[in-house]
Amino acid sequence: MDLYLMSFLVGGLICGLSQLFLDYTNYTPAHLLVTMVVTGAVLTGLGIYDYLIDIAGAGVTVPVMNFGYILTKGVLNEAQKGGFLGLFAGVLEVGSIGVSASIIIGFLMAAIFRPKE
Amino acid sequence: MGTIDKTPQEYQKLIKKHQLTDSKVKNFFSAYLIGGLICLLGQVIINVLISTGIPKDNAGSYATISLIFIGGLLTGLGVYDEIAQFAGAGTIVPITGFANAIVSPAIESRQEGYILGLGANIYSIAGPVLTYGMLSAFLIGLFKLLL
Repeated sequence: MDLYLMSFLVGGLICGLSQLFLDYTNYTPAHLLVTMVVTGAVLTGLGIYDYLIDIAGAGVTVPVMNFGYILTKGVLNEAQKGGFLGLFAGVLEVGSIGVSASIIIGFLMAAIFRPKE
Repeated sequence: MGTIDKTPQEYQKLIKKHQLTDSKVKNFFSAYLIGGLICLLGQVIINVLISTGIPKDNAGSYATISLIFIGGLLTGLGVYDEIAQFAGAGTIVPITGFANAIVSPAIESRQEGYILGLGANIYSIAGPVLTYGMLSAFLIGLFKLLL
């Protein structure tokens, strides 16, 4: 099926369900983001996430759940090659781009713009 | 005409209940629409980059960086928070929302200084996300290694 359509449908569904999580519980957005990341990690461990990416593309790589995927992916890759040490070496292997881009771009934006009145 | 069998208080309760359900349904679809559109934008960026000859994996990384940039910029301009009021989780869950969660507290706390203000608070929401993301990735790796 068309990846444009699937990315909208699946990505939107993840966001819609997340909204229900916020509306029906007293948890904050920070709790939501942590839950998403852990969910992404677990789905990767179960081998489901790669399959989801094949069918929904950016619908599952744009939501924050993807952080859980890339962190776990790195660990599993490295652990396969380097055993125990790989558990530490792999965490930021694939995730490095997202993490460093967020912090570096985040810093620049925060340094340039003024807080809203 | 039917008779009214409810006290004003009961009516208020009934009205409130229905309004709440309505707004929850509306919230679901606003989050669905905006969240879906942001994901679609990610897919468009990826496909455009692939069509210019960039390898698939790199295109995904560039799309991530672009969305972080867009989310950060719109936060700095004050636009992101306005979209967020309408879209809720639709603006929190995509990677642009992660950028928002990084830039927003960093801007607010800049006046407390670049080290203890901006530098520390840039992680106020990213910190928990990274902590539990790394922890679960590690534990899943350990689990698979031991099996």
